[in-house]
Amino acid sequence: MTREEGPAAVRRVGAQPVSANLDRLIHERIRLGIVSALAVNRSLTFNELKALLKTTDGNLSVHARKLEEADYIVCTKSFDGRLPKTEYRLAAAGRKALERYLDHMEALIRATRDR
Amino acid sequence: MVSPGPNRALRREPIPIDARAADHLRYIRETMESAAEFTAVPGWGGVTMGMTALGAAVLAARQTSPLGWVAIWLAEAFVAVAIAAPAAATKARRANSSLFSGPGRKFVLSFAPPIVVGALLTVALFHLGAVSALPGVWLLLYGTAIVTGGAFSVRAVPIMGMCLMALGAAALFAPASWGNLFMAAGFGLVQIAFGFWIALRYGG
Repeated sequence: MTREEGPAAVRRVGAQPVSANLDRLIHERIRLGIVSALAVNRSLTFNELKALLKTTDGNLSVHARKLEEADYIVCTKSFDGRLPKTEYRLAAAGRKALERYLDHMEALIRATRDR
Repeated sequence: MVSPGPNRALRREPIPIDARAADHLRYIRETMESAAEFTAVPGWGGVTMGMTALGAAVLAARQTSPLGWVAIWLAEAFVAVAIAAPAAATKARRANSSLFSGPGRKFVLSFAPPIVVGALLTVALFHLGAVSALPGVWLLLYGTAIVTGGAFSVRAVPIMGMCLMALGAAALFAPASWGNLFMAAGFGLVQIAFGFWIALRYGG
């Protein structure tokens, strides 16, 4: 949820301030994709993620770094022969963040439809 | 409120908040599905199945009657299912299976038909007394099931299926006395080798 929608969201769902604790970090599309993909894989390489999310090198590395800085994902760099290989894994904090995010979205849907 | 464009745009064209949330959930699920197509194929389960198959091959080789030989391998088939099903379920659960029913369903739907054909042919061939054709038929159809089931999966899975099919084709035209060796090679060695590959590369 972007900042602009925030207040509207709170109004719509009434008493529940569901948007107050939204994790902006993984709300962004590519970052949400990275976390979702890593949630179901022990690790994925940079290129695998790039193909999966259909994005560019620059875009992926910027968003991956943001998640890394938040300790949501762990990045390891190694060499596969002579080729550099970047691998990402989901950290415990990242898994928790995704679970919270899922709960949050479910709560939004429930709150809106129950009325 | 002085915030620019987006707010006004939103007001002009209101998208229900629950539709947005549903869209986010759908995106997460789709990403997980396309990223996790292979995760439910159990590598270590494959290794274990391969080992029990080698054990079954030793036992089956000692049988003197065709019925005894078939019984040993059918028992092994049940053991393999008993290993594979929980292993796949565990692996899927670890990958949050409630969110990715798609690949699992695709795998079962494409895996099942060759197995059903295999079961029917087993009964028919046994009645005809063509027990020596069974290793080839079993390897071919199990291989076909793995290829079709693995069409949605990582490369290792369909390649394993093709290896099994090749062994099955060879078994059909090889001397009948080699049948048990083909079984050991296919259900044993091939599954162990690919089990290790999948386990080490694709997380368990």
